[in-house]
Order: sequence, then C-alpha cells, then structure tokens
Amino acid sequence: MAPEPFLGDVERTPVTHHILSVLVENKAGVLARIAGLFARRGFNIYSLAVAPSEGQARFSRVTIVVDAESAPLEQIVGQLNKLINVVEIKDIAPKDALERELLLATVSVDNENRGRVLGLVESAGASIVDVDADSLTLMLAGTPRACDELERSLEGFAEVELHRTGRVALPRLTKSEEN
Amino acid sequence: MKLTGAQALIKSLEQEGVEIIFGLPGGAILPVYDPIRDSSIRHVLVRHEQGAGHMAEGYALATGKPGVAMVTSGPGATNIVTPIANAHMDSTPLVVITGQVASASIGTDAFQECDITGITMGITKHNFLITHADEIPRVVASAFYIATTGRPGPVLIDFPKDIAQSEMEWWYPESIEEYDLLGYKPEIILDQSSIDEAVALISQAERPVLYVGGGTLKSNASQQLIAFAERTKMPVVTTLMARGAFPDSHPQHLGMPGMHGTYSAVTAIQKSDLLISLGARFDDRVTGKISAFAAGAKIIHVDIDPAEFNKVKVATVAVRSDIATALAAFDAAKAMPKNLDPWWEVLTGWREKYPLVYAPTDDPALLRPQEIIEAIAAASKPGTIVSSGVGQHQMWASHFWKFEEPRTWINSGGAGTMGFGVPAAIGAKAAMPDRDVWCIDGDGCFQMTAQEIVTATSEGFPIKVAILNNAYLGMVRQWQEMFYEERFSEVFLDADLPDYVKWAESMGAVGLRARTIEEMHEAIRQANEINDRTVVIDFRTPASEKVFPMVAAGASNDDIMVHPLQEVKN
Repeated sequence: MAPEPFLGDVERTPVTHHILSVLVENKAGVLARIAGLFARRGFNIYSLAVAPSEGQARFSRVTIVVDAESAPLEQIVGQLNKLINVVEIKDIAPKDALERELLLATVSVDNENRGRVLGLVESAGASIVDVDADSLTLMLAGTPRACDELERSLEGFAEVELHRTGRVALPRLTKSEEN
Repeated sequence: MKLTGAQALIKSLEQEGVEIIFGLPGGAILPVYDPIRDSSIRHVLVRHEQGAGHMAEGYALATGKPGVAMVTSGPGATNIVTPIANAHMDSTPLVVITGQVASASIGTDAFQECDITGITMGITKHNFLITHADEIPRVVASAFYIATTGRPGPVLIDFPKDIAQSEMEWWYPESIEEYDLLGYKPEIILDQSSIDEAVALISQAERPVLYVGGGTLKSNASQQLIAFAERTKMPVVTTLMARGAFPDSHPQHLGMPGMHGTYSAVTAIQKSDLLISLGARFDDRVTGKISAFAAGAKIIHVDIDPAEFNKVKVATVAVRSDIATALAAFDAAKAMPKNLDPWWEVLTGWREKYPLVYAPTDDPALLRPQEIIEAIAAASKPGTIVSSGVGQHQMWASHFWKFEEPRTWINSGGAGTMGFGVPAAIGAKAAMPDRDVWCIDGDGCFQMTAQEIVTATSEGFPIKVAILNNAYLGMVRQWQEMFYEERFSEVFLDADLPDYVKWAESMGAVGLRARTIEEMHEAIRQANEINDRTVVIDFRTPASEKVFPMVAAGASNDDIMVHPLQEVKN
C-alpha cells in the first residue's frame, strides 16, 4: 500500500517566526522573484500579503511571515536584498510587531445553530457583513491569534468557507504585552 | 534622432564598449541582426547557442570585461540557459540578449515562445523584459552596470520583436541615477571596525592560511595579494576558481584546497588557527564535511556579497569588501601574524612528503594524462591561456599546469559544466588573439560542444585542443571504481568512436593522434607551430588512472586519500 503523501511538517504558526516588511518596485514578476527565491533556497514562507504602497503605482509592500527555523534570518534577508527590485527590508521581531489579519468566513446556519454563530461573532469581536436565508458571512480584523481562535471555533460547524489574508505588520509605537 | 528598437539596442551595446557578440539569429531576434551589419561590433556566428554563452564566459574570464551573447527566443533562449547558470555559479559578468515573440503574443504559446525571464530568474543576477522602445537604453546600461559591479554575474535582456521594430527617440543615460535602480546599491563603505577586529585576530595567529577564492581575481587583487602574503609570510591556497591569482611557483603557495586539493593545502586549512577567506565561498567541494572543516580555526571572511557570510561557516569576523580594498586596509593597519617559522616547518614537511605525483607507466612508451599536461605546459609560452571541461582532466590541468598569471585559467567551477572547454577557449582566443589558448579536454566533454570548432575555423580563432582520451566518462568511472565496487555503469565511450582526427579535419582543424611519449612530444611541437588553424590532438590515455589526492564526498578533509604511491601515515 502506498504511504500517505508527505505533507511536510505543517504547523499553524512557526515557533520562531519573523515578519519581513519588504518594499519592492512594483514591476512585473517581482512577486515571482521573491517566491522563487524562497522556494529555491528552502526558506519557508508562512504567510504573504501584497498591496501597492507608498508612492502610487511605483512600489508595493510585501509582508512576509518567515519561518526563521527553516534558515537563519540573516540568510533570508541577505538573499532578499540581492534581488534588484527589493528597495528596503524591515525586519520586525514578533514582540515588536503590531500584527493584524483579516478573516472572512461564510457559515451555513439554521434555526438550531444561528444563535451559537452569533454568539461567536460577538465574543470574537467579529462582524456580520452579509446574510441570506441559510448562511451568513462574518469578518474579523484582528490579531493572528484572534483569527486562529475564531477559525478553531468555526471548525465545529458543518459548512464553512473561510479565507484569511495573511498578516500585515507595523512596528509597535509602545511596547506592550498584548500581541 | 529616431531609431528603431533594434538600432537602439545595437547602439546601446556600442555605448557600453562592446567589441564582440557571440550569437546565432532566429525569428524573434531577426530585426536586431539587420543593424549589426552596420555596427562596429563584431558578431561571431556560433553553431549552437550554448557555444555562444560559453564563448562569452571565456571572453569575460580572460579579460574581466562582460561577455555578450545574443540568441533568439524559445529554443535559442533555452539552449543558453546552461551557460547562464554556469556564469551565475562562478560570478562571471555576462549580458545575454534573447529575442522574444511580439508583446501581444506573449502568453499565447506562440511559435518559439518561452518564458525565459521566468526560467532564468534563479540563475541570473537580474533579468529584464523590455516593454517599451524608450526603455532600451536604460535597460542595456543597467544590465551592464549590474553585471559588472558588486558581485558580478549574468544579466539577461528579453527583447520582444515588436519593440525591436518600433521607433524611439534616441537617448542614453548619463549617470547611474538615470538607470532607475532604486534597489541596487553596490557601493560599499568599508567598516573599519571589522578591519580592526580582523587585524587583531591576525596578530594572534600562529597557523594562519590565506584561502584565496575567485573574488580575488574579480577584484584584480593578485599583485596586492602577493605583496601582502610576502610581507606577512602567510601560506596561500588558491581554489579552483582562483588558480593563477597567486603564482604556483611562489614558495608560499601550497596549491589548491578541497576534494582534489594538494595534501599540504587541505591539511594546512584543517590544522590552521586562522583561516582568512578572500573572495571564497566555502563551497562543499572545498570544505568536505562542514563540521570537520578547519574545526580549530577562527575565520575572517572577506567578501563583497554579505549573503555569503555565515551561509556555510560562521565567520569570527566578516569584512564586507572587495578583496583589493580589504587587502589595502589590512596593509594600512599593519596586519601581522606571530612568528610563522614553526608553522612553515610543518607545512614544508607536508609539502615535501606529499607532493602531487603520478605513477610511471608499466610501459614507458605509454602516456599518462598528467605528463601530457606537464609536457604541454613545458612547451608553452608564458601567458598561455588554458581552458578545460569538467572531470578528471580538469583536476589534472589544475594540478599539473603551473599557473603564474591571473586570468590564464578558464574553467567551470561551481556548475561543473561538461563541454565548457572548447567554446570557452574560443571566447578567450577572441579576447586575446595574441595569446596561445589550449583547451585541456576530456573525450566526454569534447563530444558535447566540439561543433564550435567549426566556429573557430570559420571565424579565425585558432585554438589548441588536447583531448585526454581514456574512452570513459573518467570521473564517474573513478567513483564507480572506488565507491561502487567497480560496477561500471554507462561510462564507456570508446576511444575510436568518433574518430577524433577525422572529426577535427572535417571541421577545418588539424587532427593529430598520440599514443606514445614520442608521439606526444611531436604532436605538441606541431600544435605549437600551427597558429592559423585549430589543432586537435587525440591523446590516448589509460582508463585506470585516477585523480589523487581525494576526499570522498561528505567525508572529513582529515581523511584525505593520497596517491597510492604515497603511504598514508596521517
């Protein structure tokens, strides 16, 4: 019998992750250059978020959560810096990072479980953004941990379509215990 | 002044001082081949695009200037992928121009379309897809700037056909600012504190070794290195990529380190207390088992590329600099190790006990590959350039040719590209027409790119090729003999198939064959007298000959195997 396909050592959030906030020239293929670099050097990307940034169409901001156990952070930054289209790299340690992520989930509801879902929405600080007769779509903009917790809470429901954006981050203005 | 995109490309190459392009036309690059006719740039028509790439590399390695190759889209582009990868591994400055299908056809699986910027992303320093004719000057200027500054490397320019045919108003960047490279800052501000720390480490060293890599050649720092080594009395090893950076005849030279390094070079590193890496990258073929490599040594790592620091070995001190600047700073700070007389006593002992040797043949008339190389070297003029393919013959060339000058050794290091030798020799000859260029090749390598001898003949680049014909893929055979219980698998090539003499003659070269020592000397003499045609000599050598010393793959460099003639007593 064939062995189970090897899926790698999958973890929800790497134990030692770092956030790289990378300003890149908004040129064709730049995301492929970054993704390709990570793939060929064996660096793990945990999440990735990309959007146009500072200075109209000129730049994009790529927020990469890297698994700093897959390779020394110095190596990852050093190799990224060699990409010609990479303009600036900010390395934010998790304790200094203000991280936020967006979660959208559509959940099938009936009279029986509607109350439980609404309770979850309220306790998580999420909001309802769309509804129809037998489902509702909720949204949470929060810390990655809050998104993790809501995702876990929703696992018990029968039909859930859930998407997360990957996180963005800025350095904290003040040090705090909350993450 | 209105120019077509094709004219603008050629004019931009002229602006960059390009003298020679190695290439082969095809559909997508056709428009560019028209203005070449009117250009001061010489175009060399190769027989296969891989040849164009390796010729450009040979040109670049012999001169230090960027090599330029131009090919068409699709298969033309994919055929030059190997030379690009090779140049990337060895940090050789190249600018490769590929034709591309018309912009509107990109992504439609058009005839001879391929995503060459995607394919070469991981094997170029950078690549460009030109999207507007106005951008041509900026892209070409940027490509040369990127290829030749910082840590050099290959840059590819993908050039759609419609842009070659469109019009632009001619301009050319007048300053680096106009290149618009916001993310590329190759200028280095030397961190004096790193120099001070390095100098302090050197002052404590009793058993230092200067581990000289290809970056020393790239930095044109050979003369400085000689002066620095002589002033400090430190021993020198030169990696495969740095052969010629320090004269082999110099008494402080211990030879090449690594898997097939000399006993004294390998062991000096192992026993050193300070390893000073000058533009080397701790390649696995140098280090062997990493945890056992120079285990007792502190490391000063000098490199222009900070991503090399701590990649393989953790540096005690990292100095981000080109080698010439760093050596000047070491000199200015009067870097000086302790008295090295005791160290030299040990080193000299190793060197005398374990020189590079080979066994005399049972039949004195028969040829050994090593003595062929020694005989060619002995009969060659100073400044002769040597290229090689990859394998046993390459290691023997590195061992038994005595390199005295920088840029006289043209070889494929990191990538280990079989077939590199012949086209690279042609590129070197194109760059240095007054020098003799020998290609020390293997029979396996020769068969991969020999068709470029047609190019050598038709374009007037007479090289001299020594095929060390042992009828085998020799290095693979050696591993099968030593590590696979002599279960030889798919390595026999047949010494007589092809007939190398006839093949050479059919390509316009002189073909010679030598089976005995007498025939060897005669063939070399003839080859050196013929300067208007390429000469190919089919030297017949025994298949059983192996490269020593050797460190088995993955083994510690402490477990170096010396030649069976030299009893192992370490």
